[in-house]
Amino acid sequence: MEGMESESMKRTGSYLGGARASLPFTLVTLVLGISFGVLARSLGWGIVAPIVFSVIAFSGSAQFAVAAVLGAGGGALAAILAAVLINARFGPMGVTVAPYLKGGPLRRALEGQAVVDASWALASRGGGRFDREFMIGATLPQAVAWIVGTAIGAVSGNLVGNPERLGLDVIFPTFFLVLLAEELHSGRRAVAVALIAAVLALTLVPFTPPGVPVIAACAAALLGLMRSP
Amino acid sequence: MLWVVIVAVALASAAIKAAGPVLVGGRELPQRVTAVVALLAPALLAALVVSETFGEDRDLVLDERALGVAIAAIALALRAPVLLAVALAAATTALVRAFV
Repeated sequence: MEGMESESMKRTGSYLGGARASLPFTLVTLVLGISFGVLARSLGWGIVAPIVFSVIAFSGSAQFAVAAVLGAGGGALAAILAAVLINARFGPMGVTVAPYLKGGPLRRALEGQAVVDASWALASRGGGRFDREFMIGATLPQAVAWIVGTAIGAVSGNLVGNPERLGLDVIFPTFFLVLLAEELHSGRRAVAVALIAAVLALTLVPFTPPGVPVIAACAAALLGLMRSP
Repeated sequence: MLWVVIVAVALASAAIKAAGPVLVGGRELPQRVTAVVALLAPALLAALVVSETFGEDRDLVLDERALGVAIAAIALALRAPVLLAVALAAATTALVRAFV
């Protein structure tokens, strides 16, 4: 990253640094939370269910997937499966941060709950290293924003309308692109892995449910099994 | 039925997030495994970028999202700050959606 913000993001390896770096994403999360609350309310979920959902699942894309499936008349099993597939990416993400978490299995399982897209990406230090405090610090404000946003949306009925109108849906891929560019500096092997993963994901999008392409693309990392050149 | 889904998704989500830290954390991994784990980040990031830029349910599309991300990529190549690039991406996409 070349910008001033990113420089300061990187240097402060602390809970507070993570919280500060997550602010733009916290705002986006708040808006998305509101729109989830509005959507859930419009599907007749009432006020309590969407809020409880956001508290215990804290999982934006999976919750939207559940709303989409149930809203389209799909069954419970289909909704659960869609959410699990969408969240499957947290499996490999959890593996990448695992060596940096603290304590016994129970505490690590708890700390692993802090893995969400933006925090995981913000805490990445390149070459497979991660900043535990930064990640946890970045997740807490987003969790609060997601829950508060859901509550506002569910209670108010309609405030923001469709967040896609604001172009918010491109914020995440753009941010991932920034971090990808950084990862690519770590060597030719990372570039090869990224290319294979991108091709795999694009190839699978038309044929598999959402979430599967990203998980399948992780197979590209097996290139690491080859001897170093 | 809604409550069953809510609780099931929450439990599944927590289990998925806990799996890696519990199974992999706190032990020395063989070097070959470490090499694979280190390459998961570029693989995940690349897959997320393309699927969120070009994927629409089960279709590949070239739309205003691709334009927004492309503008951001150019800004980044010109050494613009990250937040400016992200803002440009959102603004581009929003403008195209509003006027085109």
